[in-house]
Amino acid sequence: MAMHQPQPDLPPPVAERGALKWLRENLFSTWYNSVLTIVVGYWLLSTLIPLIDWAFISAVFSGDGPEACAPGAACWVFVQQRLGFFIYGFYPDELWWRPNLVFALFALAVVPQFLPIAAAIRKWLAIFGLTGLPVAAYFLIAGGHFGLESVDTSRWGGLMLTLILAYVGIIAALPIGTLLALGRRSEMPIIRGICVVFIEFWRAVPLITILFMASVMLPLFLPEGVTFDKLLRALVGITLFQSAYMAEVVRGGLQAIPKGQYEAAEALGLGYWRRMRLIILPQALKIVIPGIANTIISLFKDTTLVLIIGLFDLLGAVKSTLSDPAWDNVMAEGYLFVAFCFWVFCFGMSRYSHRLEKNLDTGHRS
Amino acid sequence: MSQTNDPAVVAPDQPVESQASSQEIIQVNDLNKWFGEFHVLKSLNLSVKRGERIVICGPSGSGKSTFIRCINHLEAHQRGQIEVDGVELNEDLKNIEAIRREVGMVFQHFNLFPHLSVLENCLLAPIWVRKTPRKEAIDTAMHYLERVRIPEQADKYPGQLSGGQQQRVAIARALCMQPKIMLFDEPTSALDPEMIKEVLDVMIELAGSGMTMLCVTHEMGFAKTVADRVIFMDGGEIVEEAPPSTFFSNPTQPRTQAFLKQILDH
Ligand SMILES: Nc1ncnc2c1ncn2[C@@H]1O[C@H](COP(=O)(O)OP(=O)(O)OP(=O)(O)O)[C@@H](O)[C@H]1O
Ligand SMILES: [Mg+2]
Repeated sequence: MAMHQPQPDLPPPVAERGALKWLRENLFSTWYNSVLTIVVGYWLLSTLIPLIDWAFISAVFSGDGPEACAPGAACWVFVQQRLGFFIYGFYPDELWWRPNLVFALFALAVVPQFLPIAAAIRKWLAIFGLTGLPVAAYFLIAGGHFGLESVDTSRWGGLMLTLILAYVGIIAALPIGTLLALGRRSEMPIIRGICVVFIEFWRAVPLITILFMASVMLPLFLPEGVTFDKLLRALVGITLFQSAYMAEVVRGGLQAIPKGQYEAAEALGLGYWRRMRLIILPQALKIVIPGIANTIISLFKDTTLVLIIGLFDLLGAVKSTLSDPAWDNVMAEGYLFVAFCFWVFCFGMSRYSHRLEKNLDTGHRS
Repeated sequence: MSQTNDPAVVAPDQPVESQASSQEIIQVNDLNKWFGEFHVLKSLNLSVKRGERIVICGPSGSGKSTFIRCINHLEAHQRGQIEVDGVELNEDLKNIEAIRREVGMVFQHFNLFPHLSVLENCLLAPIWVRKTPRKEAIDTAMHYLERVRIPEQADKYPGQLSGGQQQRVAIARALCMQPKIMLFDEPTSALDPEMIKEVLDVMIELAGSGMTMLCVTHEMGFAKTVADRVIFMDGGEIVEEAPPSTFFSNPTQPRTQAFLKQILDH
């Protein structure tokens, strides 16, 4: 899509710049501000310095096992030694190239979105990320076709599993949520009714309960001998749950579109689906990008709940190794690693949503 | 410039071609509409000939907008018939869509699509509704943008244009569908005074090209120059209907006289 950049504001005059001036104006403007600055500064330094020392300066980054670690310093050897498990779960080592290839394709679709590349290329890569990538990822990771050895989903785990859950959840919840939102505003009472019931049901039940029901109760209702992949059940549960949230976010956007837009599109003779696809949704979705990003980020973090139905996502994988007696006291390192991974992805999504918002801005709405 | 000079004369799938030669392009019989309990349109009758230019005026709330919005079915009527170019307007979606292809509409608040450039605004309906090839649609769009005198704004977004420019784009957007009828609902009343003229000029030019026009407006100068007939509505009824010469000099109904006195004095 074409875009235009507003001209950047001019920098302030020289007298208004500079670190010293900033310090004087913001931190030492009055005597009590100065006192506050000193107290807070002292407290920050006295906690941050030991923390930095623990995490980086004295920390041990590589070694062959627990012996390499020193007391009072972070033992990143633990993460380094178990990285394979954290990333791939029980996925067979000799087949790691398959998820690796998927990661590479994923990076190919995502990283250019943050680089100053032609908009058309970014758009096609994004489309690939939403369509081709999931299909390729399925064939590569699950195997069983094209001469690739099949790998049972019970062996999938770690960061790979987290990303799969989140990615499938996101790309399924967005269209389903959009359809639900349209349905909820439909003039047809039956469709509206179904959508309202669906949204209100799934939104009102905790995700934990849904996952439990999917993994424990669903098999009770299925006929003898019929099994249903555990991962698939979790995916369905997460998707339905998030679709309901997404639907309400999108509905907010639909409601913000002035009636005149609907009427102008109708007067031009566009049918319902074209009106929605060409006129209403592009505007509505743009308005709710912050809300969508919010939902997606919370979905990403909610995937950790699959732990309770025995799937080893990143958090589950790390947690399970913490009980390994060979490694003593590496809890902080493990959880920090998990937090760091989640932060990287969530922060990336947040930045991307801001970028998208800026790129799609076409000035004031008429 | 006449209609036949247009670069892309579409050969649309006319629903009922046999009727197209008849004199009347719009036939309204006993049109009634209610908003809940409120009787907005009371038994309206109107027939419009091809190429006729009609101005509708009347006090606020008299049902002018509702009336012309019934003609392209933005509002559904409850009783009576509307026939546009030989197609009867009812709940049949096929008929509604056929009529909307032939009827362009310009709104008080322009209602341009803010996420699309001016050119894309003009291309949308020809490409998606008329299935015109993109290249041909671009030629037509540029032709009409030139006609409303803003071809240089084609790549801008609506939010970057003045009100008068936006309204001219809205007119071009409607014309790109090459409609047989144009409806205007107070096209200049959201504009600053200095922009009104540029929009009226475009409309006057359009009237000169033989387009059938129904125009709700309080621009009496415009009515005097271009209208074949002026219709005065009040309380959901057509109170008076006359050519502008008689309408302005010799209104017969007291309600019309009162209304004219009010707007001409102010
Ligand atoms: N959607 C609606 N629901 C209920 N009443 C409505 C609706 N739209 C319009 N009305 C009422 O119908 C009457 C006619 O409205 P309409 O907009 O047609 O008037 P108008 O002649 O165009 O007035 P104006 O000059 O202010 O535009 C008004 O009293 C209005 O309050
Ligand atoms: Mg009106």
